[in-house]
Amino acid sequence: MRPTGNGLRYVFRRLALALPTVLTIVVLNFALLHLAPGDAADVLAGEAGSATPEYMAQLRQKFGLDRPLYVQLVVYLKQVVTLDLGYSFRHNMTVTELIGSRLGPTLLLMLTVFALSVGLGVLLGATAARNLNRWRDNLISTLAVLAYATPVFWAGLMLIVVFSIKLGWFPTSGMETVAAFNEGFARVRDIAWHLVLPAITLTLFYLALYTRLMRASVLDQYALDYVTTARAKGLTERQIARRHVLRNAALPVVTMAGVQIGALLGGSVVVETVFAWPGLGLLAYESLFARDINLLLGIFFVSAVLVVVVNLAVDVIYSLLDPRIELR
Amino acid sequence: MSGFARRFARNRPAVAGLIVLAAIVAIALAAPALYPQSPFALVGKPFQPPFAEFLFGTDQLGRDVTAEVVHGARTTLLIGLLATAVAVVFGMIVGGIAGYFGGRVDALLMRFTEIFQTIPFFLFAILLVAVLTPSVRNVTLAIALVSWPAMARLARGEFLATRNREFILACESMGMTHARIIVAHIVPNTLSAIIVTASLMVASAILIESGLSFLGLSDPNVISWGYIIGEGRTALRTAWWVCTIPGIAILLTVMAINLVGEGLNDALNPRLRSV
Amino acid sequence: MSAAGSEPVLVIDRLCVDLPPWAERPRAVDDVSLELRQDEILCVVGESGSGKSVMARAILGLFPSRHVKPSGGRVLYRGEDLLTAPPARLRELRGSRIAMIFQEPMTALNPVLTLGRQIEEAIEIHRATPRAQRRRRVLDMLAAVHLPDPARIFDAYPHQVSGGQRQRAMIAMALTLEPDVLIADEPTTALDVTTQAQILALIREIQAARRMAVLFITHDFGVVAEIADRITVMQRGRLVEQGDRAIVLQSPSNSYTETLLAAVPDLVPRRPRENLSGDIAMRVRGLHKTFRGGGILSAGNARLVHAVNDVTFDIGRGETLGIVGESGSGKSTLARCIARLVQPDAGEIRIGELDFGRLAHGALRRARKRVQMVFQDPYGSLDPRRTVGSLIAEGPIVHGVAASAAWERALQLLELVGLDSRAGERYPHEFSGGQRQRIGLARALALEPQVLIADEPVSALDVSVQAQVLRLLADIRERLHLTVLFITHDLRVAAQVCDSTAVMRHGEIVEYGPTAQLFTAPRHAYTRELLAAVPGRAWSEQRASARSTA
Repeated sequence: MRPTGNGLRYVFRRLALALPTVLTIVVLNFALLHLAPGDAADVLAGEAGSATPEYMAQLRQKFGLDRPLYVQLVVYLKQVVTLDLGYSFRHNMTVTELIGSRLGPTLLLMLTVFALSVGLGVLLGATAARNLNRWRDNLISTLAVLAYATPVFWAGLMLIVVFSIKLGWFPTSGMETVAAFNEGFARVRDIAWHLVLPAITLTLFYLALYTRLMRASVLDQYALDYVTTARAKGLTERQIARRHVLRNAALPVVTMAGVQIGALLGGSVVVETVFAWPGLGLLAYESLFARDINLLLGIFFVSAVLVVVVNLAVDVIYSLLDPRIELR
Repeated sequence: MSGFARRFARNRPAVAGLIVLAAIVAIALAAPALYPQSPFALVGKPFQPPFAEFLFGTDQLGRDVTAEVVHGARTTLLIGLLATAVAVVFGMIVGGIAGYFGGRVDALLMRFTEIFQTIPFFLFAILLVAVLTPSVRNVTLAIALVSWPAMARLARGEFLATRNREFILACESMGMTHARIIVAHIVPNTLSAIIVTASLMVASAILIESGLSFLGLSDPNVISWGYIIGEGRTALRTAWWVCTIPGIAILLTVMAINLVGEGLNDALNPRLRSV
Repeated sequence: MSAAGSEPVLVIDRLCVDLPPWAERPRAVDDVSLELRQDEILCVVGESGSGKSVMARAILGLFPSRHVKPSGGRVLYRGEDLLTAPPARLRELRGSRIAMIFQEPMTALNPVLTLGRQIEEAIEIHRATPRAQRRRRVLDMLAAVHLPDPARIFDAYPHQVSGGQRQRAMIAMALTLEPDVLIADEPTTALDVTTQAQILALIREIQAARRMAVLFITHDFGVVAEIADRITVMQRGRLVEQGDRAIVLQSPSNSYTETLLAAVPDLVPRRPRENLSGDIAMRVRGLHKTFRGGGILSAGNARLVHAVNDVTFDIGRGETLGIVGESGSGKSTLARCIARLVQPDAGEIRIGELDFGRLAHGALRRARKRVQMVFQDPYGSLDPRRTVGSLIAEGPIVHGVAASAAWERALQLLELVGLDSRAGERYPHEFSGGQRQRIGLARALALEPQVLIADEPVSALDVSVQAQVLRLLADIRERLHLTVLFITHDLRVAAQVCDSTAVMRHGEIVEYGPTAQLFTAPRHAYTRELLAAVPGRAWSEQRASARSTA
C-alpha cells in the first residue's frame, strides 16, 4: 500500500537533519565548559580535587588547553563523538560507563510514563469530550486543571507522605529492595512495586496535558464534515467514535507527546531525586551536589541525543498513523 | 472593549483565578509590611506545627514558614514575570521575522528555534545555573533561554497566517513599508494569541523556577518556595507541613494563572457556541 | 423525465426547524411543504441563509448542533414520519433507503481511511455480506460512476485523488445500497465548471437508469436549468415558489424568484463599447512565474509548477479585460504578479510609459498607487481591527495626503459606492459581504489608480448581491473611465462585464480576443470545452432570444 522502501531513506534523511542539532549541543557544552568557574582542566577532571596531578597534566595535553580556542573545539568534538566523556573518580569508571549503567532505570521510568500518559490521556480526553459539560467531563477537566498546575516534585513528596508514610502501601524510595536479592519474576514484581509512585508522580502532569489536548481535539473532529457523512451512512455514535473520530483526534496528541520527550527527561531529574530512583536524573542531581560539571555535561549530551532519536521514532510512528504524511 | 470584559466575567473559573491571583500579588507586594524581618531569621523552636504560635508553623531550623511563604511569593512572581518578558520579546522578534518574511529567513530561523526546542530544557537550565552560579539574574536568564522557543513558534505561526490574509496584501499593494504593516496591522491582529500564550508562559516559568530551587539552584540570598520544599525534604516524616504549604502556594498560583489565561483566550477569541 | 401522477416518495409537510435563541431569526425552516416523487429531480434553490441546507439535513435528522431542532411538521418517507422515528430506525434508513451527498468531498471524507474502506463500510453496517462480496460490490460501484482503475481508487486515500474523483466516490458510496432517494446538498458547488458538468451528467444518468428520486440543493440557477424537472425556491426559511421547471424558469409567480432569475447573467457577450480611446493603459509581455515544491533536501525531486507561463496581453485605457480560467489555471497568480505582490521571474509590465515590472524598494512603493486591487474574500480583505474610514484613508495618508483631506475623500468614496458616509466610523464585522466588497472597492479607488485589478470580486457573493456589485462596478467604470483587469472563473460574469477576454489554462493564455468573438466563435478547443460546460447554456440562449424577439 505505501512504499516502505522510502522508509529507510526517510530515517537516514532525518538523522542527517538531526546532525546540526547534535553539533549545536556539543558547541553549547564546549561554551559552558569554558564559562564554568575555574580552569577548564579542573572542570574536565570532574570533581575538584579528586584527580591526581598526573591525570590533570594528561588532560591538559589531550584537550590542548594551551592551543587556540577553535582547535580545542575540534578536539572536544572528537572526544565527544567517540563517546570519551571523561572519567569519574568517585564512581571509579568512565563517564560513558557510568551513564550507561544508569540509563536503564530512566528508560524504564520514561517509557512507563509515556505509555500511561498517552494511553490514559487519549481515553480520558475522549470520554470528557463525549460527555461534554456533564459530570464526567467536569470531573475530568477539573482534575486535569489541578494536575497541570501541580509541581512534579511536590506531587511526589505528597504521594510519599500519604501512600508511603501514612498508609505504608508503597516504598518511599529506591528501585528495588536490595537486601532481598530477588531473582526472575520476583525481581520484576519488586521493581514494579517500587515503580508505582514515581511513575504516577511524573505521569500526572503529562496526563493532564494530553487529556486536555485530546478533549479539544475530539471536539474539533466532531465539527468536521466527515462525521456528518458517517451519520448519513447510518453508523451509530459509538461506531463513529471508535472507527472514525478516535484515530483522527489522537494524531495531535502523538505529535505533542513527541515534542514533550525533552521535558519528560527533565521531569525525571526531579522525580528520581525525590524517590532516589537510580537513573540518569538522580545521577545529574548527585553531580550537581558534587559540583561535577563534566559529568553533568556528559548527561546533557546523552539526553539530547536520546531526545533526537526518540523524536525520530515518534515521527515515524506518526507517519504510519496519518496517510497524509508521505515519507519522501 | 466592554464585550471582552463581559465575556471574561461570564467565565467563573477565570474570575476565581483572577481573584486568587490578585490576592497573591497583593500579599507579595505587602510582604515587607507583613513580615518585616528576614524570612531566614530564626524565630522560635523548630518543628512547631501550624496553627499554634505561628500560622504555618516553623521549619527544621526554627524559621517562620509563613514569613518564608509570603516573601517567597515576591521572588517567584518576580522571576516568573521577568523571565517571561524576556522570552516574549526575544521570541516575538525571532518568530515575527520568520513568519513575516518567509522563505530562507524563515527556514533558517525555524531550524535555529527547533534546535533549542529539542534540547531537554530542564537539564539545560540546571546546567546553565550550575555553571553560572545561582543568582536571581542567572535563574531568570536560564528560564528565559528555555522558554523563548515556544513563543517564537507561536509568533511565527500567527505572523505567517496573518501575513497571507488579503487585508495585508491590500496594505502591501498600497505601498506601505514593512514596518508600518507589521506595527499597524499585523501586531494588533496577533496580540490576543500572544497575550494568552505569554500568560501561560508565566505559569510554566514559575514551575521551572520552583523545580530549580528545589534542587538547590536558587539564589542563596533570596527565599523561594521551591527552596523551602527542598530544605524541608529531610523532615518529611515529622514536619510534613514545611513541604506541603509552599507547594499549595505554587499550585494555587499556577492554577490561577492558567485559569486567567484560558479565560483571556475565550474572551478574546469568541468562537461559535459549542454544540 | 418525470413520471407525473406517481405517488410521492418523500413528503415534507409544514416543517419548522428552530434556530438557537442567539441566531438572527427564530427559525431556519419556516412552514415548508414539498413533495418528491419517484423518478424525478427536484431542485431546491436559494441564496445563503435560505434554510435549504438545514431542510435537506432535517430529512435524515442530521442537525448541525443540538440547538437546531425541529419544532413542527412531518417528514414522511413512504408514509412513515421520520421526525418521530426512533434513532435506530433512522439509522436503518440512512444510507440504505435514503442517501445523501455533500458539498466538499475533501472534508466530507475521513482523511485517514481509504476510499474503498469508507464505501465498504456503508455495506458492512446494513448487510451481512461477506468481505469478498463487499469488495466486489464496491468495485462495481466505482466503475458505475466511471472512475478509471477502480482497484487503485479502492486503496487510495482521499488526498491522493482529484476533487472530481472524490465526488464520484461519494456518489458511489451513496448509491451502493440502491436507495430510492438521493439528497444532494450542493454537490458541485466546490468543483470546477468542467468537472461540474461531468458530475451533473453522471447524476442525471444514474437518476434515469435507476429511476431514483433526487432532491438537489443548489444556489446556481444555471445548474437548475441544466437538470431540474421541478423547482422549489426558498427565501429566509420559507418556500416562496414551487412548480414545474418550464413554468418557474419562464413565468415565475413570485417577485423574489423574478429578481433571482434576472440577476443571473446571460452568456451573451456585451456589445463592444464605443467610447474607448485606443491608448494602451497596460502592456504585459512574456510574464513568467514558477514555484518549486518540496523542502530543503528534495532538490532532485522538486515539483516545478509553471503558474504563469509566457503571458502577453494589452489593456486599452478604459477597457475591461477578463482573465477566465478554472482553479489551478494561474489566473490569481497572474493578478498578483501584475500587482507585484508576487515577484515574477521574467517578463515586462508597463503601465503607460512606466516600467512597473522593474521598479524596486522606494520607487516601487511610490508607484504602487497606479495599480490597485479588489480581492475575493469579503471577510478577509478588511482589517477587522480598524474602522472602515481609516482603512480607506490609509492609502492616501501613506502617500503623503494630509489626514483630514484623506478622511474627507474616504467619506466621499463611501457615498460613491453606495454606502452612507457614517459607515466610516464602523467596523468591518458590522457589514454584510456585499457591503464589504463595496468598501474594498472604495479603498482601491482612494489612490486613484490607473489600473484596477479585480480578483474574483463577486465569486463569494450571493447572486442577487453579485448583480448589485457588478452594476456598481459598471457605473464607476463609466464615470471614472477606469481600466480594469477582471479575474473570474464564471463565464457568465465575464460575458456581462468584459470587453475582451483571455482564457487561461495551466499558466498559459490559450485564447485572447474581444469577448463577443470569443463567446460566439471560440477558436481553441479548451475555450469550446469551457463554454459547453457552463450549466444551463440552452436555457440562457432561450432567454436571450426571447428577450431579443420581445
